[in-house]
Amino acid sequence: MNDKKFSSSSYFQTIQDKKIIGSKCVDCGAVHLPPREICATCLSENMEEVSFSGKGELAAYSVIYVPPTAMIEAGFGRDNPNVAGIVKLVEGPMISAQIVGLDTKNPAEIKIGTPLKATFVERGDRVFLAFEA
Amino acid sequence: MRKSRKLNRGVAVVGVGMSNFGAFPGMSSRDLFVDAFKEMRTSVDKGFDPKEIEAFYLGNFSGDLFEGQAHQAPMLADWVGLSPIPAARLEGACASASVAFREGLLGIASGMYDMVMVGGVEKMTDLHISKVTDALATAADITYEVSAGFTFPGFYASMASAYMHQYGATPETFMRVGIKNHENGALNKKAQFGARIPDLMEAKKTKALQKGKPIPTWKDEIEFLSDDRANPLIAWPMRLFDCSPVSDGGVALLLVSEEIAHQFSDDPIYVIGSGSASAGALHSRPSLTSIPSAKLAAQNAYEMANVTAKDIDLAEVHDCFTIAEIIATEDLGFFDAGKGGIAAEEGLTSRQGPQPINTSGGLKSKGHPVGASGAGQIVEIWKQLRGQAGERQLDKSPRLGLTHNVGGTGQTCNVHIFERR
Ligand SMILES: [Zn+2]
Repeated sequence: MNDKKFSSSSYFQTIQDKKIIGSKCVDCGAVHLPPREICATCLSENMEEVSFSGKGELAAYSVIYVPPTAMIEAGFGRDNPNVAGIVKLVEGPMISAQIVGLDTKNPAEIKIGTPLKATFVERGDRVFLAFEA
Repeated sequence: MRKSRKLNRGVAVVGVGMSNFGAFPGMSSRDLFVDAFKEMRTSVDKGFDPKEIEAFYLGNFSGDLFEGQAHQAPMLADWVGLSPIPAARLEGACASASVAFREGLLGIASGMYDMVMVGGVEKMTDLHISKVTDALATAADITYEVSAGFTFPGFYASMASAYMHQYGATPETFMRVGIKNHENGALNKKAQFGARIPDLMEAKKTKALQKGKPIPTWKDEIEFLSDDRANPLIAWPMRLFDCSPVSDGGVALLLVSEEIAHQFSDDPIYVIGSGSASAGALHSRPSLTSIPSAKLAAQNAYEMANVTAKDIDLAEVHDCFTIAEIIATEDLGFFDAGKGGIAAEEGLTSRQGPQPINTSGGLKSKGHPVGASGAGQIVEIWKQLRGQAGERQLDKSPRLGLTHNVGGTGQTCNVHIFERR
């Protein structure tokens, strides 16, 4: 494993520890989740760790009846669809995540803007960041 | 830094060919491309010697995953007798063929070549559908997007959810796009699903009658398309008929420099605008109801061509999903943000409407062999501009056509503008 501070392996390691750690640009203040080594706003490499509260709201979603293999292996499918969404975090960034605790029987009733909080779900031998209503 | 640029010299398309699009067991990418090449040869008005082709650019998303075959450009060049010319495969997911087209365009415009071939090919139907879903998902960010449980229908469905929320569209808005594209595709003999929705409904009723089952009583297309059994949900709000199919197909295009175009063609079609842009993951963008790379590629193409959206007579846009066509018509400037859905509902984008979109049937009806689709769009524009589109030919003698080809959810987008003089 590499020892980079802001990498996909460092990010998923913090998720395994049930923490949400992104990066913040010391020069321009932009916050990034997942963390980046190079600021996407100003290209600075001067980044520090920033902890996210896990609070946000639903920006977009789909109830997925034909899931990818990894979700089928986790028990999802036509009769038990998974919800994938884009979450706008209170700190600013948006992130893709599984959304749990919604009524998938009535997808049209799910509301954009629903307040969400982070939760951690296990699939296979890994922990993933998810959000619940 | 974005700068307005011009091509160093003009480029024209003087030949096009495409295989049928569909599911063809036993046919490889090689066979599909050979069909396209043969037709391209016969399409050149005054003929040409294929040995004059100086380079080959091939769009192919993932022969690696779909067929277990990478590195197809030199293989296909050899198979049509063109070795040892330079042959390169370009990959930009579902925009692979327009990436290849732009490289071929730049190859001629730079003065490096006078004649190049651009192709696109994909053979998707040999793989089990669940593996196709996974293969297509590699066009998104596997680490940070697909791990959330997304599929491609899921990404576009999410954009649809945001669009519905922001603009008050309904699933019926999306269905109107599919109905229109099937109307067009029914007039395209090469289309994979070249049947009108009302004809599909009749066929299903006849089948039920023959089997002695209860005959469905849909009162119209919308009721049929809202029926969970006839049109199952794939990723809410996208249903089966909102999604382009899994397809096999190949396309070949012949490009030459403007100065020599009339040596080969009575009616060359000139490439007057080219725009290309990239973007990060869907969640990283400021808007979920617009594709920033499409807007930028369009802006660059319009500037190069010195035209505006109002001047475009017809467009082939990337309708991998019905919502994608609506967003495309807004990003390209044909309709204001939030108005593309209404335009579709009002028939403004039909063949008879003021802004015809996807006269070929689009990816939805014609088929979406991903690495070939962007080149297939150019085939339609070429034929329409030359008045050779048969039953689906537009009456108004179009002069300017546009193609819009998206890779992923817009990580890549290429826009090209074509002119008949
Ligand atoms: Zn910065």
